[in-house]
Amino acid sequence: MTQFRGTWWHSVASAVAAAGLLASGAAFAQKTELLVYTALETDQLKAYQEGFNKTNPDIAIKWVRDSTGVVTAKLLAEKANPQADVVMGVAASSLVLLDLEGMLQPYAPANLGAISAQYKDAKNPPAWFGMDVWGAAICFNTVEAQKQGLPKPGSWKDLQKPVYKGKITMPHPASSGTGFFDVTAWLQMWGEADGWKYMDGLHENIAQYTHSGSKPCRQAGAGEFPIGISFEYRANTTKASGAPVDVVFPVEGLGWDLEALAIMKGTKKLEAAKKLADWASSRDAMELYAKNFAIVAVPGIAKPLPNVPADYEKRLVKNDFGWSAKNRDRILTEWNKRYNAKAEPK
Amino acid sequence: MATAATASAPGPVAAGRVVRQALHWQERLALALLVACCAALAFFLLGPLFMILVKSVQDKDGAFVGLLQFRDYLGTPALRQSIFNTLGVALVVTGITIPLAFTFAYALTRSAMPGKAVFRVVGLTPILAPSLLAAISFIQWFGNQGLLKPLLGGTPVYGALGIVISSIYATFPHALMIILTALLLADGRLYEAAESLGTRTLRRFFTITLPGAKYGLVSAAMVVFSYTVSDFGIPKVIGGNFNVLAVDIYKQVIGQQNFNKGAVVSLILLLPVLVAFVVDWRMQGRQHAQFSARAVPYVARRKPWFDGAMFVYCTLVALLLLAVLGMAVYTSFIKLWPYDKSFSLRHYTFGLVDGGVIVSFFNSLRMAFVTALLGTMFIFGCAYLLEKTRGMPGTRALIRLLASIPMGVPGMVLGLGYILFFNHPDNPFNVLYHTLTILVLATVVHYYTSSHLTAVTALKSLDGEFESVSASLKVPFYKTFHRVTVPVCLPAILDIGRYLFVNAMVTISAVVFLYSPDTQLAAVAILNLDEAGEIGPAAAMATLIVVASASVCVLYALVTRVLLTRTQGWRRPAPGN
Repeated sequence: MTQFRGTWWHSVASAVAAAGLLASGAAFAQKTELLVYTALETDQLKAYQEGFNKTNPDIAIKWVRDSTGVVTAKLLAEKANPQADVVMGVAASSLVLLDLEGMLQPYAPANLGAISAQYKDAKNPPAWFGMDVWGAAICFNTVEAQKQGLPKPGSWKDLQKPVYKGKITMPHPASSGTGFFDVTAWLQMWGEADGWKYMDGLHENIAQYTHSGSKPCRQAGAGEFPIGISFEYRANTTKASGAPVDVVFPVEGLGWDLEALAIMKGTKKLEAAKKLADWASSRDAMELYAKNFAIVAVPGIAKPLPNVPADYEKRLVKNDFGWSAKNRDRILTEWNKRYNAKAEPK
Repeated sequence: MATAATASAPGPVAAGRVVRQALHWQERLALALLVACCAALAFFLLGPLFMILVKSVQDKDGAFVGLLQFRDYLGTPALRQSIFNTLGVALVVTGITIPLAFTFAYALTRSAMPGKAVFRVVGLTPILAPSLLAAISFIQWFGNQGLLKPLLGGTPVYGALGIVISSIYATFPHALMIILTALLLADGRLYEAAESLGTRTLRRFFTITLPGAKYGLVSAAMVVFSYTVSDFGIPKVIGGNFNVLAVDIYKQVIGQQNFNKGAVVSLILLLPVLVAFVVDWRMQGRQHAQFSARAVPYVARRKPWFDGAMFVYCTLVALLLLAVLGMAVYTSFIKLWPYDKSFSLRHYTFGLVDGGVIVSFFNSLRMAFVTALLGTMFIFGCAYLLEKTRGMPGTRALIRLLASIPMGVPGMVLGLGYILFFNHPDNPFNVLYHTLTILVLATVVHYYTSSHLTAVTALKSLDGEFESVSASLKVPFYKTFHRVTVPVCLPAILDIGRYLFVNAMVTISAVVFLYSPDTQLAAVAILNLDEAGEIGPAAAMATLIVVASASVCVLYALVTRVLLTRTQGWRRPAPGN
């Protein structure tokens, strides 16, 4: 007992010291540290960081990674006291929203001239510029389709057919960038009245609105729900993982958004931020994006990807990010009013 | 003249000085520490909650709009529906979990069936897993590709049904622990008396057992109800399109980037939990006089039919509980659900390690360790100052109140409050934002109440004479604290540490708005993995959490056993028991 009493106090003291060390974390080397908010996939992050550090070894990137909705929400929440220096790989429609709030620092990166006009902010210098395009795709589980006798859909309108009742999932537009561009594409492509009418019909067949753009395709891959409205990168990786899915690109046109970059206004590391923007617009960077995406912002770099049609770019709908950003609140409110109260499927 | 002089001038003051000695510096130190504890609690609990109130009556630009946001909210039918959904599900879960847990606890305390220790451990296993695990597992069992889907007769598991069964699984151990304690407190003499009077079993049940366990049952019901109302992980994963308040907060804050609306929903969510909390609090207040110091523990006698029935029941429940855990573990080890069920480690290697997600597991371990260590020290230290020092009754009452509030505050409400409060540019503690420290703080505050009660109970069982004797021997209070109080209370202290550790490993609601890239946590990673549809890696991460928490519990059991034999021998009344 005496022996015990003598030692426990010491062990607590050393444990506290250890906890302090753990909590403070390892010290970073003397490098400029950039805090970058992103919605890119983790496996892509590694490659991009290595690419950037080849030319800028003295700048360390600290990533904050989350889905488009979460990143946008965080940035807006921190409006009064911004944390991020740069936003990279986040939907252009979200960056336009931030721009409208006056949160972005306009900057013309080194390779701006090479970037297609439709894939960057129209202002000069631009508040943001695109890296690559991510667009709509449908994952269709062939095994389940055969079991359940489902024909392969070819168009958005096909998805309204009664045979698909309870077989389709799509991302919730309030949570997911992919869900949001699906909705804005339908509204812009067919006009508001017809767009909403289409969604009314589609809604009858939807089993679930998911929170992320990836999940519908994963669920289709697992046969949980045979048809998932998703995006082409996730469709490709799901197919590559061995899941029995076909990737469908609806004929009417594909909703899309840009993974884009912007510098946050008020950053204390503007010089480093500019270097990252310069690199992200460079040919080297574009070649890295092209490994994952069929369309990158600088034309002539992307190579065809398996499962993506050659005329993919032509299939994209005309998308006005300014319109999407300005009407975001109204569209989501209307969407929620119509579909959020959906009763349980009978 | 003389009388007038004594009456008017410093007479009374002088008399006062004589009666009330000047405070010794040690007493001043104790009081200063007490005030510091109180201030810290107020700052880290009331500050964030206050910010929620402020945000709920403001618009996006910070202008005061009164109750407009509330009117807006209640004017949206979909959101209004969430209130009924949330309450309905919570009532059903409470209605099913309490009888289930009661029967289980009854079997453990009133029957002589074999295997009680095993059943007890299995009955408590769900506590080791994040609530998300249950939801993922039930999707694997009952989803469209699930083995047991036909059992549901066409009702999809996504929605109210899935939320209810997953919540029953998650809340079962919480109810079991409380009811078990209540039943263990029963006085064996009452049963002996009843038996010698020839009272029939059923009548004994309704006249002794149930009334004795009444407070425990109410308490368990309130805990289950609050847990179900506040839990965010289960409805998020298995809720489908069935909206509940906790998910609405998440959607408002994350999806629509509307912090004000999120604050409004938070307050609506806070309401039923507060009601449950107040009900429980008032019931507990009435409980005290119930137990006599001469109570004798009840010893169950063999009754083959009854014991057999109870054994079958417990086996069934235990198997169901293990099936839920087992399915999650199984899912983490197969290649491609449901098309290739061959064994594979790829969800661990490719899904967690290569994807870099594994870092969040180590973050969780770190966060849980720091929470357990510093949280326990603060909570126990504060409880000590509260119970064993004197003076400032007002501050003490305030600390008691503050310590009991966290139980009535859902994690998401606290988390949202933290982000609003600590990211405010005028907050001097702004530097905490995005650190591990803020996660530790939020977690300690979130689980404060239970830990505090454990500490207070342990301290109350210690004779106050220790302090008076120390004082008369001029031993400073901190010496008594670390020479006597801490060693004697070590079992309770370890218990608090284990409780904080396990909860820090599984908590999601309090931290989902607060984590940063360097402090991503394992439970949040499960949520994100599930959100991305990566069920395999999500199940793998859940398995890792269970393994970590289980290891800590085993360690706790071993250490406690050693401690009890080495330092707590005086507790045993007599050898041979």
